[in-house]
Amino acid sequence: MILTAIFFYLFSGIAIASAFMVISSRNPVHSVLFLILAFVNAACLFIMAGAEFLGLLLIVVYVGAVAVLFLFVVMMLDVDFAELRRGYLQYMPVGALVGLIVLAELLMVVGGWVTSPTATGSVASPIPDMADVSNIEAIGNVLYTRYVYFFQLAGLILLVAMVGAIVLTLRHKENVRRQDINVQVARDPKTAIEVRKVESGKGI
Amino acid sequence: MDAFINSFVIPGVIIVAQSLLVLVLLLLVTAYILYADRKIFAAVQMRRGPNVVGPWGLLQSFADLLKFVLKEPIIPASASKVVYVLAPVVSAVLALATWAVIPFDEGWVIADINLGILFIFAISSLEVYGVIMGGWASNSKYAFLAALRSAAQMVSYEVSIGFVLITVLLCVGSLNMTDIVLAQQDGVGTMIGLSPSFLDWHWLPLFPMFIVFYISAIAETNRPPFDLPEAESELVAGHMVEYSSTLFLLFFLGEFVAIQLMCALVTLLFLGGWLPPFEHWLIDWVPGIVWFLLKALFVFFTMAMVRSIVPRYRYDQLMRLGWKVFLPLSLGMVVVVAGVLQYMGWAS
Repeated sequence: MILTAIFFYLFSGIAIASAFMVISSRNPVHSVLFLILAFVNAACLFIMAGAEFLGLLLIVVYVGAVAVLFLFVVMMLDVDFAELRRGYLQYMPVGALVGLIVLAELLMVVGGWVTSPTATGSVASPIPDMADVSNIEAIGNVLYTRYVYFFQLAGLILLVAMVGAIVLTLRHKENVRRQDINVQVARDPKTAIEVRKVESGKGI
Repeated sequence: MDAFINSFVIPGVIIVAQSLLVLVLLLLVTAYILYADRKIFAAVQMRRGPNVVGPWGLLQSFADLLKFVLKEPIIPASASKVVYVLAPVVSAVLALATWAVIPFDEGWVIADINLGILFIFAISSLEVYGVIMGGWASNSKYAFLAALRSAAQMVSYEVSIGFVLITVLLCVGSLNMTDIVLAQQDGVGTMIGLSPSFLDWHWLPLFPMFIVFYISAIAETNRPPFDLPEAESELVAGHMVEYSSTLFLLFFLGEFVAIQLMCALVTLLFLGGWLPPFEHWLIDWVPGIVWFLLKALFVFFTMAMVRSIVPRYRYDQLMRLGWKVFLPLSLGMVVVVAGVLQYMGWAS
């Protein structure tokens, strides 16, 4: 399948190049835009691998929602990247350690495929054949049965994080006039308008 | 080599031809939808609307097109040039890309993919980037403020659109656009013993969702009364202030194609797509695409009427409507619909 190979190298090449540009471009907004390009290409790779649902979900969640917020923050805050780069050498060892761990894990996974090709078949719940069930059905079948507690737990953690963020930023000032939509809607001409006869030469 | 030609070249050529056909039709429809929009707006305000170019002003959109293309594109000196040029292209291309999975009739679709509705949702969640990039790259205060407003608005209403789509999907049991329309062949009407008619479509059992989707569609496409990003009284023309000529035209095109997409989605999800309104030998011969177009144009007409008779929302009212009214309502409906489907045994 030469066409598949061409598309694979196209998408992965763009993904790697844009990932590189994320850390090397000078303008933070351009960095985020390259990050989005990397996300989109990763989604394309997912779709090529037959996981259309994951690919489209990656676009909806990461590109459509998370990256928009990133972009918002980067645009609104005047981030001084020269200032951030100052501690570069100081943080270098930690970054390198994280990179090494990820590299080792990736090597172990890929190496596992090579040394024992049957290993993927022996995972907790086997991946069903694509011809039998659609992708979304296959994910639903394991996500809502076998992994339902983890799924719920992840949801709870996100909820707690969201509530926490709101609590941190919510401030109730006493002497601020607020809009109460119910009061506004409940007004009618009787309560809002008063007709007065104004005599000429005198004000109200 | 023969296998290569048969499996790649010939299907490729067919797909390109189909896409070109849809593109040309879409652009033609856009030209006349624009004309209709202006005419309806004018009629409501007792004006005559465009009436100079061609008979009854029918060629007005083409005159505008020529004017846009022939003018000089101006790029502000302090703009981020690549992003500035890319933004309108992104917004137009994404709006057009969604039409690949829209079925105009049974089988009349370029890509009949399994996750059609998710594809549309994913692509339309990207449309916000055209606005943000354009507003930021212009390096102008008005454009930037408008882009932020617009992005917040589009993201907010996408949430309720997502939940509405989920309720429809729960009722259908498939994410394929064709399946969604075919599932509306039987419903409330056939359940009480009538022949297939407009009572079977999803608008009746999912009426609250239909209203939420309709209003969210208007808000998502930044149409009046939710056109705050373009509020000319405060932000001149929103994220497109600095744009001129062809780049502006692309933004405009993207906006109107997105509006048509929303009309088509309302038609497909709630108004039975290409299904005829009732079964009768008098109208049996009418092809499905005619019904599809009639319904979509009717939805557009109602949106144009909303545009001309409803005053503009205030920004806090808009956000309140999105987050405090539509989000709880649609989330609640997802739970209710799922529960009803499960306990009545209708879940597929």
